[in-house]
Order: sequence, then structure tokens, then C-alpha cells
Amino acid sequence: MNEQTLEIPCTIPADAANPVEPFLRMDRMPHIWCPACGIGTTVNCFVRALIESHANLDKVAIVSGIGCTGRVAGYANLDSFHTTHGRAIPFATGLKLANPELQVVVYSGDGDLFAIGGNHFIHAARRNMDLKVICVNNLTYAMTGGQTAPTTPGKVISATSPYGVFEPAFNLVALAEAAGASYVARWTTFHVKQLSRSMEEVLHKKGFCFIEVISPCPTLYQRRNKMGDGLDTMKYYKQASKIRHGARTTECDMTKSGEIIVGKFVDRDRPGYFEMLHAQMTETLGDRYAEPEVMCEQC
Amino acid sequence: MHADPKGVLTGVHFLDGDHACCEGTLAAGARFAAGYPITPSTEVVERFASRIPTVGGVFIQMEDELAASITIQGAVWGGAKAFTVTSGPGFSLMMEHIGYAAMTETPCVFVNVQRGGPSTGLPTLPAQADMMQARWGSHGDYGIIALCPNSPQECFDLTITAFNLSEEFRVPVMLMLDECVGHMTEKVVIPDAAAIDVYPRRFTHLPPGEFRLFEPREDKVPDMVRAGDGYRFHVTGLTHDERGYPSMNVDTQNRSVTRLLEKLQPFTGERALSETANLEDAEVVVVSYGITSRVAQRAIDMARQQGVRAGKFRIISAWPFPERHIAALAPKVKAMVVPELNLGQMVREVERAAAGKCKVTLVPHAGGTVHNPEVILKAILEAVR
Repeated sequence: MNEQTLEIPCTIPADAANPVEPFLRMDRMPHIWCPACGIGTTVNCFVRALIESHANLDKVAIVSGIGCTGRVAGYANLDSFHTTHGRAIPFATGLKLANPELQVVVYSGDGDLFAIGGNHFIHAARRNMDLKVICVNNLTYAMTGGQTAPTTPGKVISATSPYGVFEPAFNLVALAEAAGASYVARWTTFHVKQLSRSMEEVLHKKGFCFIEVISPCPTLYQRRNKMGDGLDTMKYYKQASKIRHGARTTECDMTKSGEIIVGKFVDRDRPGYFEMLHAQMTETLGDRYAEPEVMCEQC
Repeated sequence: MHADPKGVLTGVHFLDGDHACCEGTLAAGARFAAGYPITPSTEVVERFASRIPTVGGVFIQMEDELAASITIQGAVWGGAKAFTVTSGPGFSLMMEHIGYAAMTETPCVFVNVQRGGPSTGLPTLPAQADMMQARWGSHGDYGIIALCPNSPQECFDLTITAFNLSEEFRVPVMLMLDECVGHMTEKVVIPDAAAIDVYPRRFTHLPPGEFRLFEPREDKVPDMVRAGDGYRFHVTGLTHDERGYPSMNVDTQNRSVTRLLEKLQPFTGERALSETANLEDAEVVVVSYGITSRVAQRAIDMARQQGVRAGKFRIISAWPFPERHIAALAPKVKAMVVPELNLGQMVREVERAAAGKCKVTLVPHAGGTVHNPEVILKAILEAVR
């Protein structure tokens, strides 16, 4: 090996910048997330997916609900919407139907998407609405102080389950598949390359796509459950994760400290909402059917 | 600008109020509706679902009213004119998103065909008991516009007005029908598209970079953009500054929330919509709205026959309350009589605006049917005795 190749520049050029900066609202930094929180990692992966996908960023909109992950929309330098708790998906549905040219990404947390917003998730999947749903699953309500979520595994201690969770948790990937999602994957924030690739993949896929990202909340989940710091969580993710593409989603339950099955579980083609709408209206109305022109005129 | 003729069913029709309202949405340029079935309002979106595929637009039946009331706002930021329709319990479920629309200044229309309450109440029978909820139902300080039609013709006309005002002032507008007005069938004249004025969306002429999403114009209302046009804007229900960025600053809170109310001030006076008759010589004025105004008309006529100088003030824009009109009228009359299909809601506003300058008498009714005109007449006669 030529020794010169090992040389590392010791000064950082004045104009050097993180390649993700143009995709973020840098005038809003610093962000609100805690040290070792996984949300920033997922945003980094998302930006890299946007870069790789060569998407026209003027045509990408991002919609969030409420919570720690709900703040992602506000930091993304895109048309971005921070909606009400649980309602990112129906807002995104309206946005997509009004302007089908838009690539609409829903970026929110597990409590937002699966407790208060759970009904909207299953119906959007049923309709195969062309939305890319990214769920940062930190297994808790983080913004409000670490309460039990419908994703919190059994035995976990939370602010509202001080003696341990005894309710069964949702298996999000099984729920997504059963409800009709066209694409279902799960990664952890340890799997940055694979996560980026999945995100890029869904940006090119039609229909309702779902990516679950298992992510640490060191401040409220790991610490309360004596699971160590952010680095310990990365080690746990590394050791406990098993990549099983195509695994049966019903066998992918999350537990407190057991195996985490990750990978791409579902990638199928179902007719999308607009396709089904056009087909039905053309069949019944024939020439009388007018293709939707939903947008009002520019003044 | 004029209405798009594609949506205008020009002609003379025999329609109920719900169907006339639907024709009003199409004439106003709405090409998007989201709804959830609930009596007695569903006919509005049933007709829309039937009409829109040949006009060119989308109707989507959502999984609940929570979804419907925010789906329309997604559509608005995508560039559509959009509305939803509901009654009773559904209106209660929509409250959070009425607040979201007020806070994010999203122009949209909520149609509420009022039925008896509280709770499930009287699903198929009339009431006017959501008037305070329409104004105050969501948390925090904000303003909305509410309009009260009293006939199918007005359901058509005021639906167009509702859309126009929502665009001009960037507020959610409540169109407050009641079961009687929604289900009564009468002649409805729909004019040519060229005779219908449609207020265009206030799209900014500034380029990205110069435009700030919540920077108000002289009328305290900011201009708008839509997703996909390169503005890379941010919308949040959090308190936000002129850029749309979240702010915890108390000055920003004061400035932005105060403006949400101030921009609607014209509706307390010069922009208020009302119908009046016989006010010049009136010693008593009946203040009413919606279906009750039609019953009140009968009582006023009977009072006049008995020599009582009764006048009419029909509230059409109920919110913001036309308080400057009522305040000007109060010192000129002995009394105001306020019949309404509730146990006392708008009467409180009348009392507040009259400020003791005349007597104010409520004629309450818990709903389920309309007043007997004799009951209103009795209140008129007692008020001037």
C-alpha cells in the first residue's frame, strides 16, 4: 500500500459542510433531540435516500404528527407539515389526492401513528394510498416523559407502568402487512446503510409503504430500564438483530431484550388508490368521467 | 373572478337544503370533499360523490370525522378548495381541526347540519344548539366565521359566500344549517357561472426566498402558497412566527394569536351579513337566525296585525357576532326578542351587545321541532307591555 493514501488532511476547508445540510433548515439548529437519540440518525438516512433517489425536492412533501419524531418535518427543507396528534396520515392523504405529482412522506413516531392515529394507518394501508410512512419506533411516548405506548414490550418500566407493562404490544410490521401495505421493512438505527436503502427503495415504489425504525430513547426508555446508554443500545441492536428478508411478519414481535428481526418483509404490487378510482369510474361512467383536477386556479 | 362553469348547474331546481349546499360547493370551485356519514347532513356529500366524477375532482369517505376534518386541510395545502360536512357528534370530533385550521390560517369550509343534542341526542330532528360550539369549541383563542342560511336558496348562495370568505380571510368558515333547512325542499335558482363571483386563492406573487408564509398584508391576512411550487414552506399548529417556524416567545404568541381575531373585526359591523325589515318604527325587534327566523316572521306579522310595531333582525353571519349593529339598534327599541332552538346561546351575545339599553327576552326551545309562532308572539306582546 502506498503510504501517501493514508494521509488524512489535518485542516478542514472553510467551505466544507455536511452533505445533509442543504436538506435541512439549518437556521433552526440546534434541534430538540437528546444526545444519543436515534431520530437524527434516521433523518440522516432519509436525506441520503433523497440524494440517492435524485428526487425533485420541490415535489417532495413531508408530514409529521406530534411527538419527538413529529418534529422531523420542521427540520426538513421541504414543503413540510407539522399536523395534529395522530393525524399526519389523513392530512397526507388530502395533500396527495389534491396534487398526485407530490411524493408525500409521513414521518412520525409509534405513539402518534399507532395509538391515537392507528385507525388512519390501517385505512390508508387498506386503500393503498401512495404514501411513504416512516415510523421511528422508540417504544415509548418520549416527548411527554416516557409513558407506555401500544408498542412498549412486556415487563418494561414506564412512567405510567411503574410496575411493568403487562398489555401485549402491537407488532407493527404484521399490522401493516395485514392492513394491505405494499412494502414493509424494519431496521434499527444501527442499520444505517440498510435503512437508507429501504428509504430510497420506497421513494421509487408506488402505493402504501411502511418502514419501522427501532430507535433508542436513552433519556426515558433505556435509562429507566437500566439498559445502558446510547452506545450500549447500539451494541444491543448489533448483537440482537437478525436480518431475515421475507420473514413472516407475524413472527417478528418485539420483546424487551430479545431478538430483533429486521429486513424487508413485504414488497408486493397492489393497484393504488388512483388506479382503482380511475378504473371504477371509467367502467361505470365511460366518457362522462372527468379526470380529477383538484387544484384551484392560480390568481 | 367568475365561477368555473363546469361545476355550475345553471337553472331552476327543486332542491333540499343539503343538495343546494352541495351545488354551492361546486359553484364555489370546491373540487375536494372528505366526509363521514352522519344524519342529517350526509346528503351533501352523497350528492357530491355523485356529481364530482363528471365535474373533475375527488370525494373520499374517510374512516371518521377526525380524519375528514384534517384531510380537507391537506388538500387545501395541496392547492384545492375543500370542505367537509357533519352533524352533532361529528362536529364535536372536528373541533381540534377547526382550531388547526384557524391557527394555520387554512381556508376551508365546515358544514354543520344541526340536530338535537347533547351527545347522540335527536339524530333526525332540528336544533340550533351548536352555535356556541361553532365559535368556541376548539381550545385557545381564535376566530372563525359562521353563516346561517334559512332556505335551500340561501344554502346555495351562502355556501359560495362561505368559500369566498374563507379564502379572503383565510379562516375556517362554519356553515350552520339546521335539520329543517337541510331537509326542506324549495325552489333554488342557480345562475350562470358568469354571474357567480368566486374569490380566488390569495397566492403570493413573491418568489421563494422573499416570501414569508405568515407575513400579514394590510388587511392582517397573509398570502398563501401550495405544496410543490418550490417555496419549501413549513406549516405547524404550534405558535409560529412570520416564517412559520415554531416559537415559544410570548411576544410572538401575543402578536400572532391577536391577529387571528383582529383580522375578523369587520364582521362585527360593516362586513356583517343580516336581513332586516321594519326597523325604522320598531318598538320591539325579533332577533333570529336559520329556520327560527321563518317562524319568527309569522309571529312578527301577527304582532303587526295587532298594532305592535315589531321589526326583524335576521342574523346571517352569526360569528363574529354583529355586535355593532345590535348595539346601534338597542337604544332605539324597547325590547329585543330572541327565539332560538336551544336553551339560550346567541341571546347572550344580544344581551352583551345591547348592554342594558333595551330589554332582551329569550324564547327558548330544546329542539326536536320548531317554535309555535304563538309562543314568539306572546313574548313580543309581553316585551312591549
